[in-house]
Amino acid sequence: MSAKLQEIQNLLAQIGRPVQLMEVCGTHTMAIFRTGLRSLMPPSLRLLSGPGCPVCVTHDSFLEHALAIATQPNTLVATFGDMLRVPGRSGSLEAARAKGANVQVVYSPLDALAMARQHPDLRVVFLGIGFETTAPTTAGALVAAARDGVKNFSVLSAHKTMPNALSALLTSGEVKIDGFLMPGHVSVITGTSIYEPVARIFKRPAVVTGFEAGEILAGVEMTLRMIAEGRAEVGNAYAHTVTAEGNVKARALLAEVFEPCDDAWRGLGVIPGSGLKIRAAFAAHDAARHFPAPKVDVPETSRGCRCGDVLRGAITPPQCPLFRNVCTPWSPQGACMVSGEGTCAAYFRFS
Amino acid sequence: MCLAIPAKVLTVNGQEALITVQGVQRTANLMLLEETVAPGDYVLLHAGFAIRKWTAAEAQEQELLLAEVGYTHRD
Repeated sequence: MSAKLQEIQNLLAQIGRPVQLMEVCGTHTMAIFRTGLRSLMPPSLRLLSGPGCPVCVTHDSFLEHALAIATQPNTLVATFGDMLRVPGRSGSLEAARAKGANVQVVYSPLDALAMARQHPDLRVVFLGIGFETTAPTTAGALVAAARDGVKNFSVLSAHKTMPNALSALLTSGEVKIDGFLMPGHVSVITGTSIYEPVARIFKRPAVVTGFEAGEILAGVEMTLRMIAEGRAEVGNAYAHTVTAEGNVKARALLAEVFEPCDDAWRGLGVIPGSGLKIRAAFAAHDAARHFPAPKVDVPETSRGCRCGDVLRGAITPPQCPLFRNVCTPWSPQGACMVSGEGTCAAYFRFS
Repeated sequence: MCLAIPAKVLTVNGQEALITVQGVQRTANLMLLEETVAPGDYVLLHAGFAIRKWTAAEAQEQELLLAEVGYTHRD
């Protein structure tokens, strides 16, 4: 590891100016803290956390929709655990559950489908959160529900895809990003080729890497080498797991069930073509078509929470006035403190 | 949340496999998997679905994988 660190220092010296890299994936953020890498990095290299924590980027309007569904009679809302405590404009799913709403935590969308089979009297709604790794699993559950006629199973989709969000970040120019560390397991599905536009259009290196300390360092080294040599390419520092073409079968299933739509991201606003909505062929299982969205329009910043700025890399968590004061993992004021891979939670635990 | 974990395949039954992950047995759905798997192979598991396969030999090349499955931690 020390040889890699030395090489990173050499490359930074060669580049001769401060470098900012964005780790897009929330799991990378947590791994970089947990392994102590952040403290080992030379001062001229800054690692920024990006918008890759699915729960964190889920917009308040989605949570309000989920809460409205949870309070309907004969309804069961099934969700990944991280969503439970996210504070929305009218409370959290956890608070709704305490008041009697039927909200269950699941590990897989298939668990939610099993609940629907077991309880034909309940309308079971799975909250579809996550990027290209998770969306195909929701697609798998929807295909199984359609095939077996599980009429009481539906999905409220907030699934998102990463490339357009990165383009939006780079287009805004708000934050200087010299290169990207791309998510390892999202890329198992997408392949490395989806990052070509970042490299080609925006002229930034984009390197896929894994989650071990050595793999992350290899990713940083590869990215810095490209910067030093003036190359903006897609690199793969996780080659034993990720290929250029990805998992074609999973992507075909994704395309069968979902189509791109404009979608709202916390902190980034509405990004064209960045969301995944359920196709008309699966309308019977699309919760958005069965449960009307509530009309709420409160500014995101109404509670003083600066999650949105954190998600763009515009500020680090300690720059938020709520951080560590009123916002802690025990009393989170925003999604980035709730999620196990949220940037604020990572800063709270490790810095 | 976009983290997948390595799991060892114990038995295969159609579209499902019994797998062991960090000492716990559970089923994995195989509908997203491009490859076929057999007992002894390893898969990358995410939200109940296998999304990538390694043969036992490939897995052995990656000490990392075996270390994770065997619960030992190294840095």
